[in-house]
Amino acid sequence: MEEKVQSLDEAIKDHVKNGDSVVMGACLEPMIPFAAAHELVRQQKEKLNVIAPISDILFDMLIGAGAVQKVTAAWAGNVSAGLGHNYRRSVEKGVPFPIEIEDHSNFSIGLALLAGAMGVPFLPTRSLLGTNLLDSNPHLQTQEYEGEKLVFVPAITPDVAILGVQRADKEGNAHLWGNLGIAQDAAMASKKIILLAEEIVESHEIDSDPNRILVPGFKVSSVVSCPGFAHPSPVQGYYRRDHEFFHSYHKETKTREGYLSWLDQYVLGMNSHKEYLQKVGRERLENLQIKEEKLAAPVNYSAE
Amino acid sequence: MNYTTGELMVVAAAREIQDKEVVFVGMRLPMLAFAVAKRTHAPNAVGFYECGIVRDFPSEELLYTMGDTPNIEGAKWCTSTNHLMFLMQRGDVDCGFIGGAEIDKYGNVNTSYIGDHKKPAVKLPGSGGAADIASLSKRLLVIMNHEKRRLTDRVDYITSPGAGTGGDWRQEKGLPRGGIGALITTLGVMRPGDNNELELSSIHPGVSKAEVNESTGWDLKEANDLKETLPPQPEELNVIRSIDPDGFWTG
Repeated sequence: MEEKVQSLDEAIKDHVKNGDSVVMGACLEPMIPFAAAHELVRQQKEKLNVIAPISDILFDMLIGAGAVQKVTAAWAGNVSAGLGHNYRRSVEKGVPFPIEIEDHSNFSIGLALLAGAMGVPFLPTRSLLGTNLLDSNPHLQTQEYEGEKLVFVPAITPDVAILGVQRADKEGNAHLWGNLGIAQDAAMASKKIILLAEEIVESHEIDSDPNRILVPGFKVSSVVSCPGFAHPSPVQGYYRRDHEFFHSYHKETKTREGYLSWLDQYVLGMNSHKEYLQKVGRERLENLQIKEEKLAAPVNYSAE
Repeated sequence: MNYTTGELMVVAAAREIQDKEVVFVGMRLPMLAFAVAKRTHAPNAVGFYECGIVRDFPSEELLYTMGDTPNIEGAKWCTSTNHLMFLMQRGDVDCGFIGGAEIDKYGNVNTSYIGDHKKPAVKLPGSGGAADIASLSKRLLVIMNHEKRRLTDRVDYITSPGAGTGGDWRQEKGLPRGGIGALITTLGVMRPGDNNELELSSIHPGVSKAEVNESTGWDLKEANDLKETLPPQPEELNVIRSIDPDGFWTG
């Protein structure tokens, strides 16, 4: 198969256009591709429609940087610290400008992407009946089927899914483990997939456990070797969540000026993800490293 | 024994969970309440976490989010969010457990917009899984601070449906099951009474009825058998303090 390894800046430059719909943070709180979000800001991408159930502070960061036109999400804020200040400033005060919101629940966004993955126009659910999500998101429609009320959730087919994985080969076959959120459905629903991997490994390592592969490599457009891509969110088996980083972000971004200074320090003032990790600090990252091993039992795939 | 209001709320919430129940666990205090229930009276309860985790034993460590690495270690299933939502839609979840910003007298919860959703005064983070948990679990538990602006006559926006406008509203809307089981606050516990309106069912030690009434945005009725909430027992506090020693969630 074709090799697809690119640097982070090449991958974002080649595969994300202004105005694209982009899934990021599909695993909910862990495995969030923060390195890609920083690169989107450095490349001054704009008018993005960002899609995820819960992306922790990633969406808040992108909104403050002016990269977002629309948020298609179930939740946006700062999971352990509270409300997202940039999200609030945009919606309540139009700072830096107003964004559009397409309200979902975790299930309805999961179904929208599953419908996209299945190649059907919608999927029905018994959730959300009687909620005001049906008013603020007019795409969700109540319909009757054999006398029962259901909500029809239209398919979402994003332009790009940017997903984190523990390891990938050069052709885009990748292993993801831990909680999956809606990563698999998001990948299948999207026109292009960019993978950020903690490690690039030989294909035989991926082939040794085909049940653990996220999507087949032919669906993947780009593979980026990007250790530490998810900091401050966690990657199972590699590093833990940097709780303090989320709490500091919450304090530092309370004002617009505070946010812009944060953005300068951690994103705009950095030329690469490596520089970002240096700024975070080696000792801090070492403290977050997973040091012990708890390996799964091997599985036997032999045919003979 | 001394305890904080946060600890009392967690314990009161934990007591709502029965043994062997399947519990869809929301963020923050619900995570601690599930841990207390598991380690005291409900050892066979099973926890669902919306990032796709099933656990039959709570993590030993304080969790800041359900996707933290310790929550995955020792899990009974790590799968997609959709899979757990499918099970809940089928009716496999006994009890859903969420926090909220605003709730009304029929147990409708708002975590989305204060004011008109087209031009809100405050943009709250949104549903996450809370709309689904309220729609699809057999029974909903809500835990939140008891303030007049939070316990309001009518919420501005229903993120998580309770009994709507009362009575059989859920059936009329086509919701398959569920409704609020209990609202646990900093001052007491409320449960649905006549017409599915929330009534004060238990009042926390040291709290006066006047304080409850002043902090509630509607004319709160009392249950006929109004009780005082049983204070936390030492074994319950031990569980909370073993997981949250610095009081991050309960201080």
